[in-house]
Amino acid sequence: MRIRFWGTRGSIPVAMTSASVKQKLVTMLLKAVGQRFDTVAQVEAFVEREGPMPYTFGGNSSCVQLDTGGRDYVLCDVGSGVRPFGNDVLARRGPTGHTFHVFMSHLHWDHIMGFPFFVPVYVPGNTIRIYGCHAALEEAFRRQHCAPSFPVDYGRLGATIEYVRLEPGRTYEVAGLRVRAMRQHHGGDSYGYRFEHDGKVAVYSTDSEHKLEDQAQTDAFVEFFRDADLVIFDAMYSLADAVTVKEDWGHSSNVVGVELCQRAGARRLCMFHHEPVYDDEQLVAVLDETRRFEEITRGERRLEVSSAYDGMEIEL
Amino acid sequence: MDLSPKRFADTVVVAPAGRIDQSNVAAFGAALAPVLAACAPGKDRVILDCARLEFISSAGLRILMLAARQTKAQQGCLIVSGLSPLVQEIFQISRFTMIFDIVPTLRDALAKASPAALAELDKA
Repeated sequence: MRIRFWGTRGSIPVAMTSASVKQKLVTMLLKAVGQRFDTVAQVEAFVEREGPMPYTFGGNSSCVQLDTGGRDYVLCDVGSGVRPFGNDVLARRGPTGHTFHVFMSHLHWDHIMGFPFFVPVYVPGNTIRIYGCHAALEEAFRRQHCAPSFPVDYGRLGATIEYVRLEPGRTYEVAGLRVRAMRQHHGGDSYGYRFEHDGKVAVYSTDSEHKLEDQAQTDAFVEFFRDADLVIFDAMYSLADAVTVKEDWGHSSNVVGVELCQRAGARRLCMFHHEPVYDDEQLVAVLDETRRFEEITRGERRLEVSSAYDGMEIEL
Repeated sequence: MDLSPKRFADTVVVAPAGRIDQSNVAAFGAALAPVLAACAPGKDRVILDCARLEFISSAGLRILMLAARQTKAQQGCLIVSGLSPLVQEIFQISRFTMIFDIVPTLRDALAKASPAALAELDKA
């Protein structure tokens, strides 16, 4: 199973600023003083090796693809990251004849906003099956196409769009995956998904606040993450913010992500749903600190820690 | 959990030891609660002397946050002292350095809390 991140930013899409681009170029050129490059490959290797981070975290709001090698596409959420995903599908496999299975964590705007810009939805012959646990699943998608919010009414979408209501705790078979949802603490509720395929387990758990005083909830999440090969985790805030000024805002922290994954025996933690005010430099600093936290709290097994960015891929 | 509370004039010092994690965080909270409740509103200060603290988890840090909130509501203050390098790192990574008043030693904490408390320490 290969995981592709098309949108990783929390709450609202962000663009890297001109000042950030300039800063990266200045830093890189300073590091290159005295170096000699004879080939493009040498330059690329230098950039990869020396940083500053030769990419940007971006970017788009939540959209993650689970690629099992099957013909159908499987996604979690349709934030603005689904726009480049759709364009990629069109470029690689043409405009029609596709089936997309979309698992919705919840219906807040940043998780559905990409849908009107997902080109396959306008093309007859495509099927989009949207799965979720919220009663208002269909209503949320229809409503954002209504005037005056968007010029193309939902009724004019060409694809076949179906909605499948899921029950948390029940296991379903979809596109070759076994999937189970779990209710999470977030405004209006959100749902995490545990996907299993061919002996590999990926958990998508975003927009989820963890109440540290609730032992039963903590234990339930440990079981939900149990032995996962990858946990995609809402690490939007620092722990201090999450338990003070941003308590009940519905998000979690890097520290709690490490602790839960360690208790669950997970192999990889990927921090996700980044705070929009953080720039690349701050997110790299958080990643470095989180890796250090994992190191000083490590038990018998190392937890691999990464931070999702738009375009990142993880092979399980 | 034994927090070894000691009073220096208008300042109470509690000193957790070892590890505070999921397994004993409830006991830590239960041990801290009566100490805080016994503090005189508008008068007493609290020092958390961490010199013997080896590790603290997120749930333990949350208890500290609640303690700080309670002392503030009682018009008091909570000062943290004696963090080991490792526990200092945990405070830094979790950004609890931004919400606590942290000083290097117990003596520094007493000096900051109250001259009477420091004088009592020097007398002892």
